[in-house]
Amino acid sequence: MASGKEIRTQISSIKNTQKITSAMEMVAASKMKKAQDRMMASRPYSEKIARVISHLTYAHSEFKHSYMQDVEKTERVGMIVISSDRGLCGGLNTNLFRKVLKEVSDLKAQGVEVELCTIGKKATSFFKNSGLKIVSVLTDLGDTPHFNDLLGTIKVMLDSYDEGNIQKLFVVHNVFVNTMTQKPTFNQLIPMKAEEVDGLDHHWDYIYEPDAEDALSALLVRYIEALIYQGLVENIACEQSSRMIAMKSATDNAGEMVKELELVYNKARQAAITQEISEIVGGAAAV
Amino acid sequence: MATIHVDIVSTEESLYSGEAKCVFAPASRGEIGVYPRHTALLSTLKPGEVRVETEQGEESIYVSGGIIEVQPEVVTIFSDTAIRAHDLDEARALEAKQRAEEAMANATGDQEIGATQAALAEAMAQLQMISKMRGKKIKG
Repeated sequence: MASGKEIRTQISSIKNTQKITSAMEMVAASKMKKAQDRMMASRPYSEKIARVISHLTYAHSEFKHSYMQDVEKTERVGMIVISSDRGLCGGLNTNLFRKVLKEVSDLKAQGVEVELCTIGKKATSFFKNSGLKIVSVLTDLGDTPHFNDLLGTIKVMLDSYDEGNIQKLFVVHNVFVNTMTQKPTFNQLIPMKAEEVDGLDHHWDYIYEPDAEDALSALLVRYIEALIYQGLVENIACEQSSRMIAMKSATDNAGEMVKELELVYNKARQAAITQEISEIVGGAAAV
Repeated sequence: MATIHVDIVSTEESLYSGEAKCVFAPASRGEIGVYPRHTALLSTLKPGEVRVETEQGEESIYVSGGIIEVQPEVVTIFSDTAIRAHDLDEARALEAKQRAEEAMANATGDQEIGATQAALAEAMAQLQMISKMRGKKIKG
Protein backbone atom coordinates (compact mmCIF):
# COMPACT_ATOMS: atom_id res chain seq x y z
CA MET A 1 0.00 0.00 0.00
CA ALA A 2 1.21 3.48 -0.86
CA SER A 3 2.54 5.49 2.02
CA GLY A 4 0.66 8.46 3.44
CA LYS A 5 2.92 11.04 1.88
CA GLU A 6 2.61 9.58 -1.63
CA ILE A 7 -1.17 9.62 -1.44
CA ARG A 8 -1.16 13.18 -0.16
CA THR A 9 0.90 14.39 -3.17
CA GLN A 10 -1.40 12.52 -5.51
CA ILE A 11 -4.45 14.15 -3.95
CA SER A 12 -2.98 17.60 -4.19
CA SER A 13 -2.00 17.13 -7.84
CA ILE A 14 -5.51 15.94 -8.71
CA LYS A 15 -6.93 18.93 -6.89
CA ASN A 16 -4.74 21.23 -8.98
CA THR A 17 -5.97 19.59 -12.18
CA GLN A 18 -9.51 19.97 -10.91
CA LYS A 19 -8.97 23.68 -10.41
CA ILE A 20 -7.81 24.02 -14.02
CA THR A 21 -10.69 22.03 -15.48
CA SER A 22 -13.26 23.91 -13.45
CA ALA A 23 -11.76 27.24 -14.55
CA MET A 24 -11.88 26.05 -18.16
CA GLU A 25 -15.48 25.03 -17.67
CA MET A 26 -16.41 28.50 -16.49
CA VAL A 27 -14.51 30.21 -19.30
CA ALA A 28 -16.19 27.96 -21.86
CA ALA A 29 -19.60 28.67 -20.34
CA SER A 30 -19.19 32.41 -20.69
CA LYS A 31 -17.75 32.11 -24.19
CA MET A 32 -20.58 29.80 -25.16
CA LYS A 33 -23.14 32.48 -24.38
CA LYS A 34 -21.35 34.97 -26.63
CA ALA A 35 -20.86 32.40 -29.38
CA GLN A 36 -24.57 31.58 -29.26
CA ASP A 37 -25.45 35.26 -29.55
CA ARG A 38 -23.23 35.58 -32.59
CA MET A 39 -24.81 32.50 -34.09
CA MET A 40 -28.25 34.03 -33.60
CA ALA A 41 -27.11 37.39 -35.00
CA SER A 42 -25.90 35.86 -38.24
CA ARG A 43 -29.06 33.81 -38.75
CA PRO A 44 -31.28 36.54 -40.27
CA TYR A 45 -28.82 37.03 -43.13
CA SER A 46 -28.60 33.37 -44.07
CA GLU A 47 -32.35 32.86 -43.67
CA LYS A 48 -33.20 35.88 -45.81
CA ILE A 49 -30.71 34.99 -48.49
CA ALA A 50 -32.02 31.42 -48.56
CA ARG A 51 -35.48 32.86 -49.13
CA VAL A 52 -34.26 34.93 -52.06
CA ILE A 53 -32.56 31.87 -53.53
CA SER A 54 -35.80 29.93 -53.35
CA HIS A 55 -37.63 32.83 -55.03
CA LEU A 56 -34.98 32.65 -57.70
CA THR A 57 -35.71 29.03 -58.54
CA TYR A 58 -39.23 30.11 -59.48
CA ALA A 59 -38.12 33.04 -61.61
CA HIS A 60 -38.24 32.18 -65.28
CA SER A 61 -34.87 33.58 -66.08
CA GLU A 62 -33.29 33.05 -69.49
CA PHE A 63 -29.91 32.92 -67.86
CA LYS A 64 -29.15 29.84 -65.76
CA HIS A 65 -26.22 30.19 -63.44
CA SER A 66 -23.82 27.26 -63.32
CA TYR A 67 -24.17 27.01 -59.53
CA MET A 68 -27.81 26.05 -59.93
CA GLN A 69 -27.43 23.43 -62.62
CA ASP A 70 -27.07 19.76 -61.87
CA VAL A 71 -24.13 18.03 -63.45
CA GLU A 72 -24.56 14.64 -65.08
CA LYS A 73 -21.37 13.00 -63.98
CA THR A 74 -19.47 13.63 -60.79
CA GLU A 75 -15.79 12.76 -60.82
CA ARG A 76 -14.53 14.88 -57.99
CA VAL A 77 -16.18 16.74 -55.15
CA GLY A 78 -14.97 19.47 -52.84
CA MET A 79 -15.55 19.40 -49.10
CA ILE A 80 -15.10 22.28 -46.72
CA VAL A 81 -14.47 20.85 -43.26
CA ILE A 82 -14.96 23.24 -40.37
CA SER A 83 -13.30 22.27 -37.09
CA SER A 84 -12.02 24.02 -34.01
CA ASP A 85 -8.52 25.39 -33.54
CA ARG A 86 -8.14 23.99 -30.03
CA GLY A 87 -8.68 20.63 -28.46
CA LEU A 88 -10.10 19.59 -25.08
CA CYS A 89 -13.64 19.76 -26.35
CA GLY A 90 -14.77 16.17 -26.02
CA GLY A 91 -15.49 14.15 -29.12
CA LEU A 92 -16.62 17.13 -31.14
CA ASN A 93 -13.93 17.10 -33.82
CA THR A 94 -13.41 13.34 -33.81
CA ASN A 95 -17.07 12.67 -34.51
CA LEU A 96 -17.02 15.14 -37.36
CA PHE A 97 -13.85 13.69 -38.90
CA ARG A 98 -15.19 10.16 -38.61
CA LYS A 99 -18.25 11.22 -40.53
CA VAL A 100 -16.11 12.85 -43.20
CA LEU A 101 -13.90 9.77 -43.55
CA LYS A 102 -16.95 7.55 -43.93
CA GLU A 103 -18.40 9.79 -46.60
CA VAL A 104 -15.04 9.94 -48.37
CA SER A 105 -14.73 6.15 -48.46
CA ASP A 106 -18.33 5.87 -49.73
CA LEU A 107 -17.51 8.33 -52.48
CA LYS A 108 -14.29 6.51 -53.33
CA ALA A 109 -16.25 3.30 -53.71
CA GLN A 110 -18.27 5.08 -56.38
CA GLY A 111 -15.08 6.27 -58.04
CA VAL A 112 -15.44 9.85 -56.92
CA GLU A 113 -12.40 11.70 -55.66
CA VAL A 114 -12.42 14.27 -52.90
CA GLU A 115 -10.65 17.59 -52.51
CA LEU A 116 -10.59 19.14 -49.07
CA CYS A 117 -10.61 22.60 -47.70
CA THR A 118 -9.89 22.65 -43.99
CA ILE A 119 -10.88 25.38 -41.59
CA GLY A 120 -9.38 25.12 -38.11
CA LYS A 121 -6.11 23.61 -36.91
CA LYS A 122 -7.61 20.31 -35.85
CA ALA A 123 -8.98 19.48 -39.30
CA THR A 124 -5.76 20.57 -40.96
CA SER A 125 -3.51 18.36 -38.86
CA PHE A 126 -5.96 15.44 -39.01
CA PHE A 127 -6.41 15.37 -42.77
CA LYS A 128 -2.78 16.14 -43.57
CA ASN A 129 -1.95 12.47 -43.12
CA SER A 130 -5.12 11.04 -44.61
CA GLY A 131 -3.75 11.03 -48.15
CA LEU A 132 -6.53 13.37 -49.27
CA LYS A 133 -5.72 16.45 -51.26
CA ILE A 134 -6.02 19.66 -49.28
CA VAL A 135 -6.38 22.63 -51.57
CA SER A 136 -6.90 25.39 -49.07
CA VAL A 137 -6.40 25.95 -45.37
CA LEU A 138 -7.65 28.51 -42.90
CA THR A 139 -6.60 28.51 -39.24
CA ASP A 140 -6.32 30.79 -36.22
CA LEU A 141 -9.71 32.40 -36.57
CA GLY A 142 -10.22 32.84 -32.86
CA ASP A 143 -13.58 33.11 -31.16
CA THR A 144 -14.81 36.01 -33.24
CA PRO A 145 -14.23 35.14 -36.87
CA HIS A 146 -14.61 37.89 -39.44
CA PHE A 147 -16.35 37.44 -42.69
CA ASN A 148 -13.31 38.85 -44.50
CA ASP A 149 -11.10 36.00 -43.34
CA LEU A 150 -13.26 33.42 -45.06
CA LEU A 151 -13.34 34.92 -48.52
CA GLY A 152 -9.98 33.65 -49.80
CA THR A 153 -10.63 30.08 -48.75
CA ILE A 154 -14.06 30.07 -50.30
CA LYS A 155 -12.77 31.59 -53.51
CA VAL A 156 -10.31 28.74 -53.94
CA MET A 157 -13.16 26.24 -53.87
CA LEU A 158 -15.41 28.31 -56.13
CA ASP A 159 -12.60 28.78 -58.64
CA SER A 160 -12.02 25.07 -58.56
CA TYR A 161 -15.69 24.58 -59.43
CA ASP A 162 -15.61 27.21 -62.17
CA GLU A 163 -12.60 25.54 -63.75
CA GLY A 164 -14.41 22.21 -63.72
CA ASN A 165 -12.10 20.50 -61.22
CA ILE A 166 -14.95 19.67 -58.89
CA GLN A 167 -18.58 19.06 -59.73
CA LYS A 168 -20.06 19.35 -56.27
CA LEU A 169 -19.23 21.29 -53.15
CA PHE A 170 -20.15 20.38 -49.59
CA VAL A 171 -19.62 22.01 -46.26
CA VAL A 172 -19.26 19.88 -43.13
CA HIS A 173 -19.65 21.28 -39.66
CA ASN A 174 -21.31 20.68 -36.32
CA VAL A 175 -24.86 21.93 -35.95
CA PHE A 176 -25.81 23.36 -32.60
CA VAL A 177 -28.91 21.46 -31.49
CA ASN A 178 -28.67 22.44 -27.85
CA THR A 179 -25.98 22.69 -25.20
CA MET A 180 -25.82 18.93 -24.74
CA THR A 181 -26.09 17.90 -28.39
CA GLN A 182 -24.03 18.82 -31.41
CA LYS A 183 -24.67 17.09 -34.68
CA PRO A 184 -22.05 16.70 -37.44
CA THR A 185 -23.81 17.69 -40.64
CA PHE A 186 -23.19 17.68 -44.39
CA ASN A 187 -24.62 20.49 -46.49
CA GLN A 188 -24.52 20.59 -50.25
CA LEU A 189 -23.59 24.06 -51.47
CA ILE A 190 -23.31 23.51 -55.21
CA PRO A 191 -25.46 22.62 -57.09
CA MET A 192 -27.88 24.51 -54.91
CA LYS A 193 -30.96 23.00 -53.46
CA ALA A 194 -33.70 25.49 -52.71
CA GLU A 195 -36.76 25.16 -50.56
CA GLU A 196 -40.21 25.36 -52.07
CA VAL A 197 -42.31 28.49 -51.74
CA ASP A 198 -46.03 28.75 -52.39
CA GLY A 199 -47.65 31.36 -54.58
CA LEU A 200 -44.76 32.05 -56.88
CA ASP A 201 -45.48 29.56 -59.64
CA HIS A 202 -46.93 32.07 -62.12
CA HIS A 203 -44.72 33.29 -64.94
CA TRP A 204 -42.47 36.08 -63.78
CA ASP A 205 -38.86 37.15 -63.72
CA TYR A 206 -36.71 39.71 -62.01
CA ILE A 207 -35.42 42.88 -63.55
CA TYR A 208 -31.69 42.40 -63.24
CA GLU A 209 -29.20 45.21 -62.77
CA PRO A 210 -26.55 45.52 -64.16
CA ASP A 211 -27.38 42.22 -65.91
CA ALA A 212 -28.60 38.76 -65.00
CA GLU A 213 -25.18 37.17 -64.86
CA ASP A 214 -23.56 39.76 -62.61
CA ALA A 215 -26.49 40.08 -60.26
CA LEU A 216 -26.90 36.32 -59.97
CA SER A 217 -23.23 35.57 -59.39
CA ALA A 218 -23.04 38.27 -56.75
CA LEU A 219 -26.07 36.81 -55.01
CA LEU A 220 -25.05 33.15 -55.25
CA VAL A 221 -21.50 33.79 -54.08
CA ARG A 222 -22.87 35.68 -51.09
CA TYR A 223 -25.26 32.84 -50.38
CA ILE A 224 -22.46 30.30 -50.31
CA GLU A 225 -20.34 32.56 -48.14
CA ALA A 226 -23.23 33.13 -45.79
CA LEU A 227 -23.77 29.39 -45.39
CA ILE A 228 -20.12 28.79 -44.65
CA TYR A 229 -19.93 31.71 -42.22
CA GLN A 230 -23.05 30.43 -40.50
CA GLY A 231 -21.42 27.01 -40.29
CA LEU A 232 -18.33 28.52 -38.77
CA VAL A 233 -20.05 30.51 -36.03
CA GLU A 234 -22.29 27.54 -35.29
CA ASN A 235 -19.25 25.31 -34.98
CA ILE A 236 -17.70 27.75 -32.51
CA ALA A 237 -20.83 27.65 -30.37
CA CYS A 238 -20.65 23.85 -30.52
CA GLU A 239 -16.98 23.91 -29.56
CA GLN A 240 -17.60 26.02 -26.48
CA SER A 241 -20.58 24.03 -25.25
CA SER A 242 -18.82 20.76 -25.93
CA ARG A 243 -15.76 21.97 -24.02
CA MET A 244 -17.92 23.13 -21.16
CA ILE A 245 -19.47 19.69 -20.82
CA ALA A 246 -16.15 17.86 -21.22
CA MET A 247 -14.58 20.03 -18.53
CA LYS A 248 -17.54 19.63 -16.23
CA SER A 249 -17.29 15.86 -16.35
CA ALA A 250 -13.51 16.09 -15.89
CA THR A 251 -14.04 18.21 -12.78
CA ASP A 252 -16.61 15.75 -11.44
CA ASN A 253 -14.33 12.80 -12.09
CA ALA A 254 -11.44 14.53 -10.35
CA GLY A 255 -13.71 15.13 -7.34
CA GLU A 256 -14.55 11.45 -7.18
CA MET A 257 -10.91 10.44 -7.44
CA VAL A 258 -10.01 12.78 -4.60
CA LYS A 259 -12.75 11.24 -2.45
CA GLU A 260 -11.51 7.70 -3.08
CA LEU A 261 -7.91 8.66 -2.44
CA GLU A 262 -8.82 10.38 0.81
CA LEU A 263 -10.48 7.16 1.95
CA VAL A 264 -7.34 5.19 1.11
CA TYR A 265 -5.22 7.80 2.88
CA ASN A 266 -7.31 7.62 6.06
CA LYS A 267 -7.19 3.85 6.08
CA ALA A 268 -3.42 3.92 5.73
CA ARG A 269 -3.15 6.46 8.52
CA GLN A 270 -5.38 4.37 10.79
CA ALA A 271 -3.39 1.23 10.05
CA ALA A 272 -0.18 3.03 10.92
CA ILE A 273 -1.62 4.26 14.25
CA THR A 274 -3.00 0.84 15.12
CA GLN A 275 0.37 -0.72 14.42
CA GLU A 276 2.14 1.84 16.54
CA ILE A 277 -0.23 1.27 19.48
CA SER A 278 0.15 -2.50 19.27
CA GLU A 279 3.92 -2.08 19.21
CA ILE A 280 3.81 0.12 22.33
CA VAL A 281 1.47 -2.29 24.09
CA GLY A 282 3.66 -5.21 23.07
CA GLY A 283 6.74 -3.35 24.33
CA ALA A 284 5.05 -2.48 27.68
CA ALA A 285 4.00 -6.14 28.19
CA ALA A 286 7.55 -7.30 27.62
CA VAL A 287 8.91 -5.01 30.34
CA MET B 1 -51.56 53.87 -47.02
CA ALA B 2 -49.83 50.83 -48.45
CA THR B 3 -46.54 49.88 -46.92
CA ILE B 4 -43.73 47.57 -47.91
CA HIS B 5 -41.77 45.36 -45.56
CA VAL B 6 -38.07 46.16 -45.45
CA ASP B 7 -35.30 43.95 -44.11
CA ILE B 8 -31.73 45.15 -44.07
CA VAL B 9 -29.29 42.51 -42.91
CA SER B 10 -25.55 42.06 -42.77
CA THR B 11 -23.80 38.78 -42.05
CA GLU B 12 -23.05 39.81 -38.51
CA GLU B 13 -26.36 41.41 -37.53
CA SER B 14 -29.80 42.54 -38.60
CA LEU B 15 -29.67 46.29 -39.30
CA TYR B 16 -33.30 47.14 -39.90
CA SER B 17 -36.60 45.32 -40.08
CA GLY B 18 -40.01 46.93 -40.40
CA GLU B 19 -42.71 48.47 -42.56
CA ALA B 20 -41.89 51.46 -44.72
CA LYS B 21 -43.53 53.86 -47.17
CA CYS B 22 -40.62 53.64 -49.54
CA VAL B 23 -36.94 52.78 -49.75
CA PHE B 24 -34.09 54.37 -51.66
CA ALA B 25 -30.99 52.34 -52.40
CA PRO B 26 -27.77 52.96 -54.37
CA ALA B 27 -28.18 50.31 -57.10
CA SER B 28 -25.35 49.66 -59.50
CA ARG B 29 -26.91 51.82 -62.22
CA GLY B 30 -27.91 54.72 -60.04
CA GLU B 31 -30.16 55.23 -57.07
CA ILE B 32 -33.53 53.50 -57.17
CA GLY B 33 -36.65 54.26 -55.19
CA VAL B 34 -38.88 51.35 -54.27
CA TYR B 35 -42.55 51.87 -53.43
CA PRO B 36 -45.05 49.16 -52.44
CA ARG B 37 -46.03 46.79 -55.29
CA HIS B 38 -42.82 47.40 -57.15
CA THR B 39 -42.03 44.75 -59.73
CA ALA B 40 -39.50 42.03 -58.85
CA LEU B 41 -35.96 43.28 -59.10
CA LEU B 42 -32.53 41.95 -58.29
CA SER B 43 -29.55 44.24 -58.30
CA THR B 44 -26.11 44.71 -56.86
CA LEU B 45 -25.53 47.77 -54.71
CA LYS B 46 -22.77 50.34 -54.74
CA PRO B 47 -21.39 51.68 -51.48
CA GLY B 48 -23.72 54.39 -50.29
CA GLU B 49 -26.70 55.31 -48.23
CA VAL B 50 -29.96 53.37 -47.94
CA ARG B 51 -32.87 55.56 -46.88
CA VAL B 52 -36.01 54.05 -45.44
CA GLU B 53 -39.04 56.35 -45.22
CA THR B 54 -41.47 55.29 -42.54
CA GLU B 55 -44.55 56.86 -40.94
CA GLN B 56 -42.35 58.05 -38.09
CA GLY B 57 -39.67 59.61 -40.24
CA GLU B 58 -36.62 58.67 -42.19
CA GLU B 59 -33.91 56.18 -41.33
CA SER B 60 -30.56 56.24 -43.01
CA ILE B 61 -28.19 53.29 -43.10
CA TYR B 62 -24.82 53.13 -44.78
CA VAL B 63 -23.99 50.03 -46.81
CA SER B 64 -20.60 49.23 -48.29
CA GLY B 65 -22.10 47.39 -51.23
CA GLY B 66 -24.33 44.36 -51.37
CA ILE B 67 -27.49 43.12 -53.01
CA ILE B 68 -31.09 44.26 -53.13
CA GLU B 69 -33.99 41.95 -53.83
CA VAL B 70 -37.40 43.48 -54.44
CA GLN B 71 -40.62 41.54 -54.34
CA PRO B 72 -44.00 43.35 -54.53
CA GLU B 73 -44.49 43.21 -50.74
CA VAL B 74 -40.94 42.76 -49.45
CA VAL B 75 -37.59 44.42 -49.95
CA THR B 76 -34.49 42.64 -48.71
CA ILE B 77 -31.12 44.35 -48.66
CA PHE B 78 -27.99 42.33 -48.00
CA SER B 79 -25.25 44.60 -46.82
CA ASP B 80 -21.65 43.55 -47.27
CA THR B 81 -19.41 43.53 -44.24
CA ALA B 82 -16.35 42.63 -46.23
CA ILE B 83 -14.55 44.91 -48.59
CA ARG B 84 -14.56 43.31 -51.98
CA ALA B 85 -12.28 43.89 -54.86
CA HIS B 86 -11.21 41.42 -57.49
CA ASP B 87 -7.47 41.67 -56.85
CA LEU B 88 -7.97 41.59 -53.08
CA ASP B 89 -9.93 38.34 -53.38
CA GLU B 90 -7.21 36.89 -55.61
CA ALA B 91 -4.57 37.68 -53.02
CA ARG B 92 -6.65 36.11 -50.27
CA ALA B 93 -7.23 32.98 -52.34
CA LEU B 94 -3.52 32.70 -53.03
CA GLU B 95 -2.78 32.92 -49.30
CA ALA B 96 -5.24 30.12 -48.52
CA LYS B 97 -3.63 27.93 -51.18
CA GLN B 98 -0.16 28.62 -49.84
CA ARG B 99 -1.26 27.63 -46.35
CA ALA B 100 -2.57 24.34 -47.77
CA GLU B 101 0.73 23.65 -49.52
CA GLU B 102 2.68 24.44 -46.37
CA ALA B 103 0.49 22.14 -44.33
CA MET B 104 0.94 19.32 -46.81
CA ALA B 105 4.70 19.83 -47.17
CA ASN B 106 5.54 20.35 -43.49
CA ALA B 107 5.05 16.99 -42.00
CA THR B 108 6.02 17.97 -38.49
CA GLY B 109 2.70 18.72 -36.87
CA ASP B 110 1.92 17.58 -33.34
CA GLN B 111 0.47 14.33 -34.56
CA GLU B 112 3.58 13.39 -36.52
CA ILE B 113 5.80 14.08 -33.56
CA GLY B 114 3.67 11.74 -31.47
CA ALA B 115 3.66 9.05 -34.15
CA THR B 116 7.39 9.34 -34.73
CA GLN B 117 8.10 9.13 -31.02
CA ALA B 118 6.01 5.97 -30.78
CA ALA B 119 7.87 4.46 -33.74
CA LEU B 120 11.19 5.42 -32.16
CA ALA B 121 10.24 3.81 -28.85
CA GLU B 122 9.26 0.65 -30.68
CA ALA B 123 12.55 0.54 -32.57
CA MET B 124 14.48 1.07 -29.33
CA ALA B 125 12.64 -1.80 -27.69
CA GLN B 126 13.42 -4.03 -30.64
CA LEU B 127 17.09 -3.10 -30.48
CA GLN B 128 17.23 -3.86 -26.77
CA MET B 129 15.57 -7.22 -27.40
CA ILE B 130 18.06 -8.04 -30.14
CA SER B 131 21.06 -7.12 -28.00
CA LYS B 132 19.66 -9.19 -25.10
CA MET B 133 19.21 -12.22 -27.31
CA ARG B 134 22.70 -11.79 -28.72
CA GLY B 135 24.11 -11.65 -25.20
CA LYS B 136 22.38 -14.91 -24.37
CA LYS B 137 23.68 -16.58 -27.47
CA ILE B 138 27.21 -15.53 -26.71
CA LYS B 139 26.86 -16.80 -23.16
CA GLY B 140 25.24 -20.06 -24.28
